[in-house]
Amino acid sequence: MPNSKTYKISFLVLILILIICFFVNISLGSVSIPLKSIFNSLLGSANNESWQYIIQDYRLPKAFTAILVGSGLGISGLLMQTLFRNPLAGPFVLGISSGASLGVALVILGSGFFGSAFAALLISKCSVVIAASLGSFLVLLAVLIVSSKVRDTMAILIIGLMFGSITAAVVSVLSYFSSAEQLQQYIFWGFGSLGNLSWNELFIFFVIYCFGIILSIASIKGLNTLLLGENYAKSLGLNIKQSRLIIIIATSLLAGTITAFAGPIAFIGLAIPHMTRQIFNTSNHKILLPAVFLFGAIIMLICDSIAQLPTSDYTLPINAITSLIGAPVVVWLLVRKRKMMF
Amino acid sequence: MDNYNQHIVLKTNNLSIGYKTKKEETVVASNVNIELHKGELIGLVGANGIGKSTLLRTLTNVQNALSGQIFINNKTLKDFNPEGLAKALSLVLTEQIASKNLSVFELVALGRQPYTNWVGNLSDEDISIINKALKQTNIESLKQKKCFELSDGQLQKVMIARALAQDTDLIILDEPTTHLDMYHKAYILKLLQKLAKETNKTILFSSHEIDLAIQLCDKMIVMTNTNVVSDIPCDLINKGTFDALFPKDLIAFDKTTGSFRVRK
Repeated sequence: MPNSKTYKISFLVLILILIICFFVNISLGSVSIPLKSIFNSLLGSANNESWQYIIQDYRLPKAFTAILVGSGLGISGLLMQTLFRNPLAGPFVLGISSGASLGVALVILGSGFFGSAFAALLISKCSVVIAASLGSFLVLLAVLIVSSKVRDTMAILIIGLMFGSITAAVVSVLSYFSSAEQLQQYIFWGFGSLGNLSWNELFIFFVIYCFGIILSIASIKGLNTLLLGENYAKSLGLNIKQSRLIIIIATSLLAGTITAFAGPIAFIGLAIPHMTRQIFNTSNHKILLPAVFLFGAIIMLICDSIAQLPTSDYTLPINAITSLIGAPVVVWLLVRKRKMMF
Repeated sequence: MDNYNQHIVLKTNNLSIGYKTKKEETVVASNVNIELHKGELIGLVGANGIGKSTLLRTLTNVQNALSGQIFINNKTLKDFNPEGLAKALSLVLTEQIASKNLSVFELVALGRQPYTNWVGNLSDEDISIINKALKQTNIESLKQKKCFELSDGQLQKVMIARALAQDTDLIILDEPTTHLDMYHKAYILKLLQKLAKETNKTILFSSHEIDLAIQLCDKMIVMTNTNVVSDIPCDLINKGTFDALFPKDLIAFDKTTGSFRVRK
């Protein structure tokens, strides 16, 4: 490729920014810890035990979660936008987040139906994760079964939206019969959260995430072929049904686990691919995929750093911050270039 | 005889095309017997709705034939796997490409997909074939342009270059001259004629430019309500095939000029 050298420089710069953002992210929080102690804590030789605990068991896993969430959502958004040839598509168009929401709503809001003793058991964090995974998995399964029968890719998009509507309706009905306390709990889950993941949970998250990424990388060639449209892609020997299936599974693994562990994080999945296309000025997925990975991770780390409101005791909902930061950036990019890259 | 067979790139045997649902069968054309040889430029003409697209869709394995056989390079169409077919047959369609943000080089490079590795890396050989295709279609100067910057005529040349880069014996184009002005219509068809001669590929296109096709094609396939005829243009004129092409109330074929005239 003719511009490979400039891409290399861009990638180096992005990696550098990512590293800086990573360290900024773990050095900021409600407790201010001097920079030197942070490095010492990372190396395990800090003299202050509570600082060491904060860094190693809270801030570090949270920063890794931010990287996985940002990059994973960005990549699944990119896959969906290319597959559906639709700039409005995001990781959740297949109804994965609505499936997860339904699962969580059933656990939190529906717990009243199961009796109070049982309810306390149900609303542990672990059960919320399991409910979200089950919910998104079931919706995914339905989408896969339907997509194997439908020839038109656009029909899958509509079907995903329909699943979303159905689950939203069920959640409304559940909300109507729920107590204020339950509703608050459900709404808090909907804000999204990057913290609270133990190293064990992070490990499970990481393993599933890797499967999703591997499938995404395997789809690069197919994604580039799909840029011509399905008929051309077919004439170039691409097995459309198989590629479509791999792309959908990759998205589901990424978006599904992210929603399960961090809640329905909005906007990143839609915006990151657009930002990357504008800045890198290309549609080639060999460039876009790693670039989206880096951009997603960087933006998520920045959003999380801001959401913590450094030095204050408050933490803002991450979902609000991603949109507050992301939307103006995308608008600015589109206005500046006056042309949407797609 | 064997030697002769090798020069046949596409052949159909009592082909019947149309649409099939569970209840009924709609036959668009039957008894289609055509033979396309290496290095030939073939124009497919017929009135709107006569079944040109159905024929092309059937020949390119987008839809199934009702009956009869299609052979590409002496091999039944059904025996090709998707990748094998992509190495034998390339297409230029009427539909717009999904992403116009690709550069001309990137778009033409996508023609190498059937030959590249799992991630689509281009070898030196791939790049030289792409450059050759750009040269043959006279679009080397556009190499770094984005597709949204191109005119319709330029874009059509790029799509032809992409088909060339796919390096197949047979190229099929569906109405490559629509949306183009008179000059570019002639330009594209003339380019196809040159490519067929230079590269010895078989190029089949459907078109409404009957007079241009008569002047440029080695062979023509004429679809009418009653039958599908394929022959060299001169013989088709002499046989009066073109007279049967359209209803006679408005236009008539003039044998001496080889074009249609409006009835006064």
